[in-house]
This record gives sequence, structure tokens and C-alpha cells, in this order.
Amino acid sequence: MNHAISGRGGWRLWLPLAILSLVILLLALGLAVSIGEIAIPLSTSLKALSNGVLGTQFALNTMHEGIIWNYRLSRALVAAFCGAALALSGAILQALLRNPLAEPYVLGISAGASTGAVAVMILNVGYGVITLSTGAFVGAVVAFALVSALAAGAGGGADRVILAGVAGSQLFNALTSYIVTTSANAEQARGVMFWLLGSLGGIRWPDVYMAAPVALIGFFICMAYARALDAFTFGADSAAALGIPVRRVRLVLLGLTAAMTATMVSIVGSIGFVGLVIPHAARFLTGPGHRRLLPAAAMIGAIFMVLADIVSRIIIPQQILPIGVVTALFGAPAFALILYKARRPV
Amino acid sequence: MSISTKDVRWATAGTMIVDGVTIDVAPGRTLGLIGPNGSGKSSLLRLICRLRKVESGVISLDGVDIATLPRTDIARRIAFVEQQATTEAQVTVLDVVRLGRTPHRGALSPWTALDDQAVDNALSHVGMAHKAHQFWHTLSGGERQRVHIARALAQTPGELLLDEPTNHLDIQHQLEILSLVAGLPVTSIIALHDLNLAAMFCDSLAVLHKGKVVAAGLPEEVLTEALIADVFGVRAYIEKSRFHGRHHIHFHCG
Repeated sequence: MNHAISGRGGWRLWLPLAILSLVILLLALGLAVSIGEIAIPLSTSLKALSNGVLGTQFALNTMHEGIIWNYRLSRALVAAFCGAALALSGAILQALLRNPLAEPYVLGISAGASTGAVAVMILNVGYGVITLSTGAFVGAVVAFALVSALAAGAGGGADRVILAGVAGSQLFNALTSYIVTTSANAEQARGVMFWLLGSLGGIRWPDVYMAAPVALIGFFICMAYARALDAFTFGADSAAALGIPVRRVRLVLLGLTAAMTATMVSIVGSIGFVGLVIPHAARFLTGPGHRRLLPAAAMIGAIFMVLADIVSRIIIPQQILPIGVVTALFGAPAFALILYKARRPV
Repeated sequence: MSISTKDVRWATAGTMIVDGVTIDVAPGRTLGLIGPNGSGKSSLLRLICRLRKVESGVISLDGVDIATLPRTDIARRIAFVEQQATTEAQVTVLDVVRLGRTPHRGALSPWTALDDQAVDNALSHVGMAHKAHQFWHTLSGGERQRVHIARALAQTPGELLLDEPTNHLDIQHQLEILSLVAGLPVTSIIALHDLNLAAMFCDSLAVLHKGKVVAAGLPEEVLTEALIADVFGVRAYIEKSRFHGRHHIHFHCG
């Protein structure tokens, strides 16, 4: 087993794998737009996509085409970008904090972003000038700063960071609940609670236009820092001794993580475990080198979220589960498995 | 002079850790830093490779103040082997040694034959070429230390800094690591605890005590019974070894 951390060898495998994963993602998207209360044949969906993207002229049922374009495709695309961004955030945090359990949800960053978003939504903080995603970003940064300070105050170390994350999540979830119960009316409260569990309901094209650039730009920034992330294998001092500008790398990548998490939380609510589990799955396939790990994590994250969304829509007839419930049902056992594997040898 | 420090000071949390240190190392020679726990050896090494910034004083590399050099330039010249650095990532020996090429590569520049050569040389220097594809977590303490040294050598440095490289190793591996380092064609500074090993393998020694250099020079000049009593607080008897010709220190207990 030769998992090369750098780019030598195996690049001839790279292109077919990239194309294969793209095909799987497209198939998943095709399934996602076909499956629903009104079932649309996969062939119709693929033709509709081809009509829209490639400009072909297949004759199709206009109602079907409308459902695909106006509702299901935007939803599926947001799921894909969201999964990719969360998986990238997890991979970055795991590398920078050298902690296999790090991810935005576990570290309380998602909870902070939720609080920020709820503050804007319900308390009307910023009087309409501050957008939902800006509020979420501020919340995410505050939460991360607080959790970092708590972890450092507790003496650092991988488990301290996780404990600080638990404390941070509890605090921000409590703040969110406080805001919702004291200031929201019944209708708002119901909407917010559903959104907090992670929900793709009500996603339209403007959400795609927000999620897509954040995920894509985020991906390219991560890739530019892939080698710097490799250099963190033995810690920050070791990275600095290899010539990595540690402070700048941390600032850029932690800021990016906060921005990606905040954007996705403001669109779909906080979705747990994707950022934790997907990077591990990707690492299992590609090895620890980030030049391969990051694209693989983004792709697998995207495919996983699209499939999770399908499951959330069909698992209970006539009812849609919040997608956060589905990811947690898959993610919590995987989290336990990672915890078990990461235990110290006695 | 390859590396020299002039009146270097560094404090943390209000305590002066490195207090006016002036040392010089000639090209290709091995300097041993000795001194009790907390005497400032590790901190001084971290200052020399600029992991920390000096509060006052100058550290220079071939006469150039390192404060004026970009971090990558420093990393191309000075390699640092930390004490006991480990990882939980599933990396192989080869992955780790390749990290040494980081300062020589741009963000997008591809891996070259030159990089390969540096990595292969480094691996065979430490005798780990046959274990290149083995995973890090399967290695023994001595092997990990050798891989760290190979990673440092892959940086093709002119200067090598090692922070207590023999800690937690058995005596066979201690001797193996130190003779390996002493035989390398680079200038090296090694922080060491074992005075006998320091006397055996270093060209010169600097003794640190409470952040200050209290003695520096050839091992046989520096290591005296009076100095050991002063700095380490133990009684010693020193003789020239009949076996290896270097000084050997016997310690009294009680």
C-alpha cells in the first residue's frame, strides 16, 4: 500500500477516477430530480438536464420539466455544494487541529452560525442591513474563537478541543433556543426549529447562486494550501520549520472554514457528521495527502448529501425528514467507529 | 562561521528563558548544547530556526541576520528535528521524508527528479530505504527518530538542529543516531542530556545554565568536575577513556 503524500505516481489513475466520480454525482443528481411525490422517469430527468445544459430539444412533459427545474434541481445542487463544503471544512479542521474528531458541528461552529442566523432572522439584529449569512459568519467566528480559547485554557490537546466544542455547542444551542422561545411567534418558532435540524425544504435558485461560489472558491483556496496542510502532519512547529507561514495559513483556512460553514448553515441549517465522516472515508480511499484527499472529500461529500436528501424524502411515505436527521443516523455510528479506532493503544 | 548568535535574549510569561547567549559554530562541525532541564536548550534551538522571534540580539547564518530572511529561505538552509514529534495520520516513511522537500517547492510546481534524489539519498543515509513503504505507527522509537532525521536531510540543509534526539531510545539506538549525525556533512547543533555522549560525539560544547552560556569550547576543556558540580549539582570524576580516548565522566551518588 503506497499512499503517496505528494504528487508522484498514480496521476494516470487520477483522471479516470475524477470522471467516474463526476458520473456518479450526475447520476445521483439525476435520481434526486426523478424521485419524489411525483415520480419522473430517470430518462426524462436526464433529457431535461440535457435540454437545459446542452441545449438539446427533447420533447418533454412541461409539468415534469417545471418540477425538475424549479424545485428539485436547485435543491439537489444545494445539497451537493453543501456536502462538498462541509466535507472540505472537516478535512481542513482535522489537519490543522491534528484531531480526527474535528469538524464544524462537533466544534460548535455550526451551533454558533445558527445562533448568528437566528439573531438576524428573529431579533432583526442589523435591521435588515446584515444578511442572514453574514450573521451566521459572525456567529461561526465567535463560536470558534470561544471554543479555541476554552480549549487553550483547558491545556490544549485533542480531547480538550472536543470537550470545549461540546461546551460551545451547548452554549450556542441554548442561546438559539432562548432567542426562539422568547422572541419568535409560533409560526417562526416552528420554521426555525425545522431549519435548525437541517432542512433542504424551500430551496430555490438564489440559494444555489450563494452556495455554488462559496463551495467552488473554497475548494480552490483549499487546493492552493494542500501542501501546507500536509506539512502540519507533525504539528505547527514542524510545519513552520518546513517554511510554512503557519499564522497566515491558519488565518486563511480557519476563516474559510467559518465562511463555508456559515453559508451552508444559513441556507440549510446545521447538518452534523458530514464534515466528520466524509474526510475519513475519503482518506481511506486516497491516503493522507491533501492534494488527493481534498477533491475526493468534496466529491464524496457532494454525492453523500444528494443521496441523503433522497433518503430523507422517501424513507417515510408522505413525509419529509429533516436531512440533518438522516446524516446523523448515518454519522453517529460512524463517529463511534472513528472514536473506537482512534483510541490509544494500551 | 556557519551559525552564530550574538547576545540573544528571549522571554516567555515574564521569565527570561534565553538570557544573552552568544555562540558560534564553524561549518561542518557538531556543537553539543548541554545543561539541566529548563536551561534553555530547546528554546535556543527554536530561536535559531526562527520558530520563535528573538527579543534582542542577532542570529546569523553565514553573516546574514535570519530576521531578514523569508521563512522558506530559512527552511532551505536549516532543518530542525523536534523532540518526540509524532502523528496519528496514516503516513508512510516515504510520505514523511517527502515533507522535507516542502520548502523547495512552489504551490503548483510538480515533483521533480531532483526531489526524488534528495529523498532517496536521505533514506539511504539513515538506513531506512528498505522500510520506505512502512506505516509510521508501525515503527519503533529509534526508527521514527531516523525517519525524522531523513526528513530533515531531504531538506538538503546546510545546518541541522536536533532537540534531544536520543531521548527514550535504548543505548544501541542512542549511539547509532549520534554517530549518524556526527558523520553527516552538515553543521549541526544537538541538545543533549547525556554528558558522556556529548563528550564522545561533539566537536565542541556549550553549557547552558538558567539561560546563560557558562562554558564553551572543546569537550575536554568544558567538562570539568567543578563545572558539573556548579551546573548540575552532582559530584563527578573525569578521566580520559582508555577505550575511545575521549573524556569519560563518572558520577558519585550521595
